[in-house]
Amino acid sequence: MNPYLAGVLLGLVLLASFYLTGRGLGASGAMKSVVVYGMDKVSEAHVESSHFYSKYVTGEENPLKSWLVLEVFGVLIGGFISGAISGRLTWKIERSPKITSGKRLIFAVLGGALFGFGSQLGRGCTSGAALSGMAVLSVAGFVTMMAIFGTAFALAYFFRKNWI
Amino acid sequence: MGPIIPVHGISEEWNLLIAFLIGLGFGFSLEQAGFSSSRKLAGMFYGYDITVLKVFFTAAITAMLGLIFLNYLGWIDMSIVYVNQYYIQSAIVGGVIMGVGFIAGGFCPGTSVCAAAIGKIDAMFFIGGSLIGILLFGETYSLWEELYNKNFLGSLKLSSVLNMKDGVLALIIVLMAMVMFWIGERAEKKFGREDIMKEV
Repeated sequence: MNPYLAGVLLGLVLLASFYLTGRGLGASGAMKSVVVYGMDKVSEAHVESSHFYSKYVTGEENPLKSWLVLEVFGVLIGGFISGAISGRLTWKIERSPKITSGKRLIFAVLGGALFGFGSQLGRGCTSGAALSGMAVLSVAGFVTMMAIFGTAFALAYFFRKNWI
Repeated sequence: MGPIIPVHGISEEWNLLIAFLIGLGFGFSLEQAGFSSSRKLAGMFYGYDITVLKVFFTAAITAMLGLIFLNYLGWIDMSIVYVNQYYIQSAIVGGVIMGVGFIAGGFCPGTSVCAAAIGKIDAMFFIGGSLIGILLFGETYSLWEELYNKNFLGSLKLSSVLNMKDGVLALIIVLMAMVMFWIGERAEKKFGREDIMKEV
């Protein structure tokens, strides 16, 4: 799809989210729910005593029965439908020919870990903080967007073998 | 009057169904935009493919203008629409860490889910990494708690900082985006990499 058209479509989905729920889109929040759920299974006492985890458990409610978890489940299905329609369903490790698949996967895990960590410190990722935050003209949205993209641009040279 | 769910008090089941449907649209548009490919996403930072810039800003502008019009028409109560809370340090430090993760891993959380949905194994590893990163933050939270809560400025809007009307700021953002699109399109021509684009 033409990127500008896809952008309008994404913008309309975001607008629908604001109109229906009063909040924008999210992604890292659902991953946090998975982590909180897992920790709660391992040790309830640990979750209750943590200043971080305890914010996200309320009584007997299962942390996976949350708005963002269902939304991200929708992302998975929506992405799959789109990929099926456009003939893009294949098992693949995408990488530059300059690095091995093993290296690509190590970088994927490290990059994911940094993104996951940063998204908690920054109160949201590209979806919840940057994109949704900019749509409501929040300073936090613009600052997070500039910090993410600015850093990635600044470091692009050092990671060029991964991509080009 | 919107937002529908908080204003009208919709049942939990409907709320979760709506979450799923919005996610469906979110995932569909991300995948159609080409965000299920890490090398396409990374193209933004080398200039050979600026899809990220085009989609991200078009989407932000569409929703931003939509909210301004809904508010103008009185169809939405903006006082209960969530405006992200601004903590100066944690927003910057968190954003910088996410930026490193982006260029190293090639995805952000939303795009990694969308890419994993069509079978990208690198995206699945990225998701695994994200869970580890969140766990790491949770386990070491006491070390960051002070930074996390430092300099709280509330639900601060850029328009109030600049002492502008929302509409005027929106117009400036639209014009800035147009300039960025123009520069980006030129970069794509200059740094284009057909060999990469053929593969992704």
